[in-house]
Amino acid sequence: MTAQVSRRSLLLQAAGLGVSVSFLGGSAFAAADGLMAKRKLVVVICRGGMDGLTVSPPIGDPDYATLRGAVAVTPDQALKLDETFGLHPALESVHALALKGQARIAPAIASPDRARSHFEAQDVLETGAAQVYGVNTGWLNRTLEVMGPSKVEGLSVGATAPLILRGKVQAASWSPGKGVDETARLPTLLQDLYKADPLMGPAFARGLETEAMAQAAMTALNPTPVPVSADTTAMNASGMAPQVATPPAMAPTAMTPTAMTQDAQAIAGQRQGREAARKLGATLAGFMVQEGGPRIAAVSLDGWDTHAGQVGQLNTRLSYLDAVLDGLNTGLGDEWRNTVVVAATEFGRTARVNGTGGTDHGTGSTALVLGGGLRKGGLIGDWPTLRPEALFENRDVRPTLDMRGLFKGVLADHMGVDRAALETKVFPDSADAKPVTGLV
Amino acid sequence: MSLPSNDMMAAIAATRFGLGARPGEIDAARDDPRGFLSAQIRAEGADQPQGGEDSAQRLAQVSDYQMQKRDAKAMGEAKSAPVKDLQKDLREQAGADFLARARLGATTDAAFRERWALFWANHFTVSATSLAVGSVAGPFEQEAIRPHVFGRFEDLLVASSTHPAMLLYLDQAQSVGPDSRASQYQRKTGKKAAGLNENLAREILELHTVGVDAGYRQADVTEFARAMTGFSVGRPKDANPHRFLFRDNAHEPGARTVMGRRYPQEGQDQALAVMRDLAASPHTARHLATKLAVHFVSDTPPPALVDRLQKTYLDSGGRLDEVARALVAAPEAWDPVAAKFKTPYEFAISTWRAIDAQPSGIDKLAPVLTGLGQKPFSAPSPKGWADEAQVWCAPDALIKRLRFSEGFAAVVADRLDPSLLAQTALGARLTPPVAKAVARAETRREAMALLLMSPEFQRR
Repeated sequence: MTAQVSRRSLLLQAAGLGVSVSFLGGSAFAAADGLMAKRKLVVVICRGGMDGLTVSPPIGDPDYATLRGAVAVTPDQALKLDETFGLHPALESVHALALKGQARIAPAIASPDRARSHFEAQDVLETGAAQVYGVNTGWLNRTLEVMGPSKVEGLSVGATAPLILRGKVQAASWSPGKGVDETARLPTLLQDLYKADPLMGPAFARGLETEAMAQAAMTALNPTPVPVSADTTAMNASGMAPQVATPPAMAPTAMTPTAMTQDAQAIAGQRQGREAARKLGATLAGFMVQEGGPRIAAVSLDGWDTHAGQVGQLNTRLSYLDAVLDGLNTGLGDEWRNTVVVAATEFGRTARVNGTGGTDHGTGSTALVLGGGLRKGGLIGDWPTLRPEALFENRDVRPTLDMRGLFKGVLADHMGVDRAALETKVFPDSADAKPVTGLV
Repeated sequence: MSLPSNDMMAAIAATRFGLGARPGEIDAARDDPRGFLSAQIRAEGADQPQGGEDSAQRLAQVSDYQMQKRDAKAMGEAKSAPVKDLQKDLREQAGADFLARARLGATTDAAFRERWALFWANHFTVSATSLAVGSVAGPFEQEAIRPHVFGRFEDLLVASSTHPAMLLYLDQAQSVGPDSRASQYQRKTGKKAAGLNENLAREILELHTVGVDAGYRQADVTEFARAMTGFSVGRPKDANPHRFLFRDNAHEPGARTVMGRRYPQEGQDQALAVMRDLAASPHTARHLATKLAVHFVSDTPPPALVDRLQKTYLDSGGRLDEVARALVAAPEAWDPVAAKFKTPYEFAISTWRAIDAQPSGIDKLAPVLTGLGQKPFSAPSPKGWADEAQVWCAPDALIKRLRFSEGFAAVVADRLDPSLLAQTALGARLTPPVAKAVARAETRREAMALLLMSPEFQRR
């Protein structure tokens, strides 16, 4: 029981750290024929402009140490990949996978956006559009539309809905917290009231459906059966929440500690640890390994905007990212071989260190591609080098690969998405971005 | 465009323009709904929440804490009890700031004025990314935002851009011109030179003024960042400790060119001149008009409304009181369809308003907001909190709102008349299906939860 409670606290802690996880998947895919029906995709969005030159430091590039000065990763710190590249020392799990051929880097990748604005660049990354205006649906949502909207289940874990999942297909969402009994009177009455509301109706219905799935994901993490009493909810049934019998008192007068207060204390009490991150990854895996569970998921990690004091910040964030990926890998078990994970960011950072021990908004960055079924290979895309004349606008890593090409390659070869639909629906106006082939 | 009935307009005034109706508020607005709102516009700015220390006092406490922590570390000690107490005090003060603001929101008779202030506080977001910034997020709002929300936008922009909270949040305080006297001295003495940090300059252009589609380039960002070098915060030994300080020796010498205009001024006048031009730009007028229309009326606002607000902004020289009046006068703002979905903060505040109460402690407020994705003083980026229904109306969020509503109802419903409450909270916006569901509920608690979760109450 204790272990379960602490797991829940860790999850809550993850939720409080600006982490959100979103799923889309399909129950009906289980019925589809062939190997493709088991294939899974996880997209990790690192928000804030992740510094590729720290993620995969080009320690063998003769200009790297000079440009980076005090924020450079030194050759003896880096986890070596090849003659030119290493990984940041915090990415130990990713490095272990890379040694097995199950992780690769795309060291000079970018979306088509060049404005160096977080918000514009994230929009372009998530909509999959060639430019920022005119599209307001996410490319993962359109992927589902193309794969068959009537067959898909959607779920987002996190308090708000990320753009990459917004669109015609109603994505569900879930985040740790106390559940609601969907058969109770109140939800039924509310569904009636929401009939005419195009936004609240579908969202609420999906929220109720998700409660059952959340319970199953939690149970999958720890199959020990726990007795269910009449007045507990889905979440309690797996022992995750110790507080249900009394009504929560988020109220104007009462002072008793409440469910959410306890959650907040859990968040405040434990700061970003690897353990929390690993549990987050493992819970995501718990959703995905279920029969009929989500096959497509998106995870957001905040906190990559490192204008000042970036060495310490990136140490923490990369350690967190590594642990999420490790949790996914171990949680997926046998299904890891059917899974591809892409971790990408909206833009990289300046090649030179700035005046405050950080770096400013740049262009090319590193994407990580992981999975049990990856083909062995070197870099994804070319390395333009950091020679002065090679820098983009004398400032940034010059992108040699369009992010959409990587996503298109993964969707076509790994997920089996129809190529014509890929070009017209999922990534329209992306003819310049040739799909990256041979990844799986 | 014809206007709805006075009954409907009164309900809209209290729920869409305001923060949700308190008992009697819709009645008070009925005779003249527009007059009810425009009477809340006043030269002295928004109301002030019950205040604590000012930002300089808070930063002095933070500095004290950091020094004691350093001393303890130097002595090889872990954080001592007094040091931990200092940290706890600072956190509690920030919580008290947030609670005071929420109580103002829950109790004010001038809720349009308060919503207007909240809009500008979100426009100039500072987020608690460090103990220092969290400690002055509340004072920032009181000192830089609230006094100026019905004045000239330029004054608001300058107040925000010279406040320690913003200078610390977006790294401006440590930005140093590469050819400034400070840099030259550092080079001569072989010290590691500090340099330019363009974070605040970029966000002023992109978020606070002209907007990302205004056609500026990287070179404009860098030039503006150079112009802003010197905008800093006084250290304890400076003449102006913990307040805005222009460091002349950190200022990059020379004329600058930003968005095609040359700025030959010296010292802090240079960046102030850039800000003056940015505030007067038609791009800024468009950007602000669009954002206001989205906030008050619809995620896809009527173009006529945006045009109207933009024109008022430009004609009045960026007078925000005039823009507020134009918003109230605009027929497009009174569409009976409630297109806006309340943010978690708005939802929570409106529940307290509906029952004429206020949160008794931060523990009644912070956990629910955090659970719904809107942790106090912690917007995810300088862009502030999102305003779109699609962001907040996520499936999980609705489940959590339901949990909150049930809990709220469990504590308060037994002493209330739900049907009466539905009337006073929604007025003419109350629809027959909701009125019927509330009337037919099995218990008062159920009725109250249904009311709070109804589309009419969740929307505005």
